[in-house]
Amino acid sequence: MSGQEMKTRVEEDVLCSFCGCLCDDLVVEIEGNKVKNVRHACRLGASKLMGHERIRTPMIRKNGKLEEVSYQEAYDRAAQILVNAKRPLLYGWASTVCEAQKKGILLTEMVGGILDSTATVCHGPSILGIEERGLSGATLGQIKNRADLIVFWGCNPAEAHPKHGLRYSTNVCGFFTPEGRKGRKVLVVDVRQTRTAKNADKFIMIATGSDFEVLSALRMFVAGKGEFVPEKVGGVPKEELFEAADMMKAAKFGAFFFGLGITHSRGRSKNVGNALALIAELNAHTKFVVMPMRGHYNVAGIGQVAAWETGFPMSIDFSRGTAYFNPGETAACDVLSREDTDAVMVVASDPASNFPRGIVENLAKVPVIQIDPYENPTTLLAEVVIPSAIAGVECEGTAYRMDGLALRMKKLVNSPHPSDEGVLNGIIESVKKLRGTEAEAKAPNEASA
Amino acid sequence: MISGRTLAQGAWCESKMCDDFTKAASLCFLSEGDFKALNLSGGRNVLVKSAYGRVVMAPRIDKGLPPGMIFMAMGPWANSLVGPDTGGCGTPQFKGIEVDLEPTDEPVMDVRSMFTNLRGAKT
Ligand code: SF4
Repeated sequence: MSGQEMKTRVEEDVLCSFCGCLCDDLVVEIEGNKVKNVRHACRLGASKLMGHERIRTPMIRKNGKLEEVSYQEAYDRAAQILVNAKRPLLYGWASTVCEAQKKGILLTEMVGGILDSTATVCHGPSILGIEERGLSGATLGQIKNRADLIVFWGCNPAEAHPKHGLRYSTNVCGFFTPEGRKGRKVLVVDVRQTRTAKNADKFIMIATGSDFEVLSALRMFVAGKGEFVPEKVGGVPKEELFEAADMMKAAKFGAFFFGLGITHSRGRSKNVGNALALIAELNAHTKFVVMPMRGHYNVAGIGQVAAWETGFPMSIDFSRGTAYFNPGETAACDVLSREDTDAVMVVASDPASNFPRGIVENLAKVPVIQIDPYENPTTLLAEVVIPSAIAGVECEGTAYRMDGLALRMKKLVNSPHPSDEGVLNGIIESVKKLRGTEAEAKAPNEASA
Repeated sequence: MISGRTLAQGAWCESKMCDDFTKAASLCFLSEGDFKALNLSGGRNVLVKSAYGRVVMAPRIDKGLPPGMIFMAMGPWANSLVGPDTGGCGTPQFKGIEVDLEPTDEPVMDVRSMFTNLRGAKT
């Protein structure tokens, strides 16, 4: 490589494509065509941007072994699997950009399949709860500038969204919150003492699976009906809950963040509904907003794109020729556990790791197509593996932050691989070609009949 | 049993085929009391069983955990214990699963071995 190419350049205001915080203050040093150093990112973001071992070429499984093929061969094979399937499932979509998500929805509609996102094993219940109850929302910027009470319920940003506190919530100094952490109160509710809980002014440890009851007790206190609350709820003495409710009512601007502690435990979407009701009722006393702590950097994006393209946020079944949404029936885990799908395409995600084992066993029974920059356990089950460029590092695109703000991801270096959007376009063209040849093959018979 | 993100698991989660991911995601955290009661010191592993499956993990103490509760990093090991039912909302119950624990000398499976029994998982 020449000296010119090895020159280091510095990109500022780079977005991090790891978690839903979508931090946009990273400084990346690039040497030649390689990311050399990442500043201002947390450990999760730095690890992502610095890069890991990649899938190098497209592969198709032949006699049990993955063998290298060209991109075109991989597109054709993927198209063949999807066209031949009665009800393919096209799953993932959280760690890619909106442009690719849009193509994914188009492809799903073309092949009459089901589109589902990783939200269904994450904040799916939040989306259902929000649909039922509505949400009093705000941007993270408003929270930074105004919130004097931060509540973290069933979430652990210290490990899952490490810069959340520094940029948006507990520790950041804002316009009306110039003192940062000193001027704010932090309340943490969880079933274990997390790292986040250690930074709290008040930590309430509740029994596993008691979120619904504890939220109901708080609603009683907020409504002034504390005398009906039992002495202990979810293992927590009544007085402690009274204090927590008081703390919330006394805030000038409260922000309630919740995580998978609520959505993954007993009650799931009903827990979320109850939390949203509590926040709605608090608004009779003060200003309170609520937000799910979205995990993957663009899991909010697939919800948005799917909603504007189909009317539904996830678990969308096109097999009837029109969009149909019924999680519990059309979600990825449901169709796989019923063995109601005969091919799965996985884009930017790893269901083999993230689904319950029994469901993974069913996934292994059907042909799997994987589009991803990295090898992961899903690769071990895949028939077709198509490597793609990393969005936000090797190609640009749009992503939605957890508060619904659309931000533009930058391209920092070149990639030998096409973007997810490029790969999906390739498969769409192959599907058209295949359908065209099928139609041509049928046409003479029809003419003679 | 509850499962969730840890910093180490997150940092390796796009490099899942390496040993560091196995090390980060195959840990089972227990309260100090439970760790002692199960006699897990001396590098022994712990066998965790639920109604849906079994898995061997490396035990660690987490002082933030109450007795009777274990925490695992999300991933294939923890998911060996999770059932498929979504309760009508599309999401399996990943947290609040009843499990039994016992010390074991069985080794922790690495990520590839976790999938070798499944079709096609050969490379
Ligand atoms: S908090 Fe999230 S978005 Fe921000 S740097 Fe860390 S991983 Fe990236």
